[in-house]
Amino acid sequence: MIEALQFEFMRNALLAGLLASIVCGIIGTLIVVNRIVFLSGGIAHAAYGGIGIAFFFGWPHMVGTIGFSLIIAMIMAVITIKTRHRADTIIGVLWAVGMALGVILLDLTPGYNVDLMSYLFGSILSVPDSDLILMATICVLVFLTVFYYYHDLLAMSYDEEFAQLRGVPVKFLYFLLIGMTALSIVMIIRVVGLILVIALLTIPPFIAEKFSKSLFQMMGVSTALCAIFSVAGLWLSYVFNLTSGASIIMVAAAGFFMSFIIERLILIRTSKKESHVPSV
Amino acid sequence: MSQPIIEIQNLSFAYNSQKVLKDVSLTIKQGEFLALIGPNGGGKTTLLKLILGLLNADKGTIRVFGHPPRKASHRIGYVPQDVHVNKDFPVTAMDVVLMGRRTSGKGRARHSKEDRGAARNALETVGMGDFIYRRIGRLSGGQRQRVFIARALATDPDVLLLDEPTASIDPQGQSDFYTLLKDLNETVTVVLVSHDLMILTSYVRSVACVNQQVHYHEEAEMTEEMLTMYACPVELVAHGIPHRVLRKH
Repeated sequence: MIEALQFEFMRNALLAGLLASIVCGIIGTLIVVNRIVFLSGGIAHAAYGGIGIAFFFGWPHMVGTIGFSLIIAMIMAVITIKTRHRADTIIGVLWAVGMALGVILLDLTPGYNVDLMSYLFGSILSVPDSDLILMATICVLVFLTVFYYYHDLLAMSYDEEFAQLRGVPVKFLYFLLIGMTALSIVMIIRVVGLILVIALLTIPPFIAEKFSKSLFQMMGVSTALCAIFSVAGLWLSYVFNLTSGASIIMVAAAGFFMSFIIERLILIRTSKKESHVPSV
Repeated sequence: MSQPIIEIQNLSFAYNSQKVLKDVSLTIKQGEFLALIGPNGGGKTTLLKLILGLLNADKGTIRVFGHPPRKASHRIGYVPQDVHVNKDFPVTAMDVVLMGRRTSGKGRARHSKEDRGAARNALETVGMGDFIYRRIGRLSGGQRQRVFIARALATDPDVLLLDEPTASIDPQGQSDFYTLLKDLNETVTVVLVSHDLMILTSYVRSVACVNQQVHYHEEAEMTEEMLTMYACPVELVAHGIPHRVLRKH
């Protein structure tokens, strides 16, 4: 691994992975506890429509993608608030339509196009410095926002009705959360691809939740796990010459299954300990 | 003592097109200990949520301390019915109770020492002093219910609204709990939804039967007319000493 770091692309890949870990650890935790994984997946896929629009109309790439994803994200947010019981279906529709729109618009655009594979799996081995700066900015923004609203976000995520009674601006926070999610996803997709974004947003928080006593701890543990998976995955992909995004996901998946075993072991140990205490 | 704090006039509410509450009027006075009873689907929880401003009335008015519900909700301590939601959430009993200390416009503010003290007191009041830093999912249903009650107490409320608060508490815990409510009732108005009339009768001062309409009774007894009209699931209602027993309807 050390000798790999003499290559700039490896250094950038490592940095990109670590920056993505911070964003995914924080946002992923909020996504998992608010049960909006499906909605996030919807945003991530529908964002492809934004790429299509940007190419078709010749707009700057980032403007088209971010604008389109934010619009889609806000539509999804409104739907989940208004018609909660059918929200997942409508998200599924937007998910498919966004993706199809992207594919068709790219078909209609002459010349060189983004191919679907690089959108799905990204290209962590060819991250330019400008993207690193962009990701670092997102990182700082997400961190500060969540730090500022931490207790309100916690109250909303745990019990929305009660939070509302206490005067926590739950609607605003919900839109803020989904907006942040959309922004983070679009930025990270550029670097690591759609599939890896979803993996990093869900697997580490899922594992971290079992072993954390607070939302804050869960964010920290998730970030650490994201970073470990990214570094280990990159190293494996370097050594065995494998696709880096997929390698990172496989390492994360291994961690996912191991967490079940560790949880079992802890359960067995604590139940043994408790059975030694005479029952009252 | 007997100032009206919650005033409901000609209130109607429907979910989609299904009428839940029809032309309801009810006045709750300060210092009251009121039980809302009635069949499932009769609109008890809906009535609470309307008072809290979580739902908006289709017709009629609600005033809480003279204000629209949304403006007054911070003065109400609410204990919701379902305590099994979000069991896997990484949060301790203390953190949950601290949510009762949030106030509007606090934004990022950390919890003060005073907030932590109040939360700790509330947990001790409901007998959960030993489980302050226990993760919420590792508590039993009854313990979790106590934490939710502590959260409502931590808001320092003028009124407590409780939705079937004893549903998962064992009989001993229940009578402790009602004694606690009775003590609190000396300074706080208490409104609770319950099916638990056997125990209620020794504590409650007034009863309202909710079944699309609301029939309020000043004392903790029920007329036969109420029972038949509103089809309350009541087998026995007693009040004062000696206890009065009504026949099953």
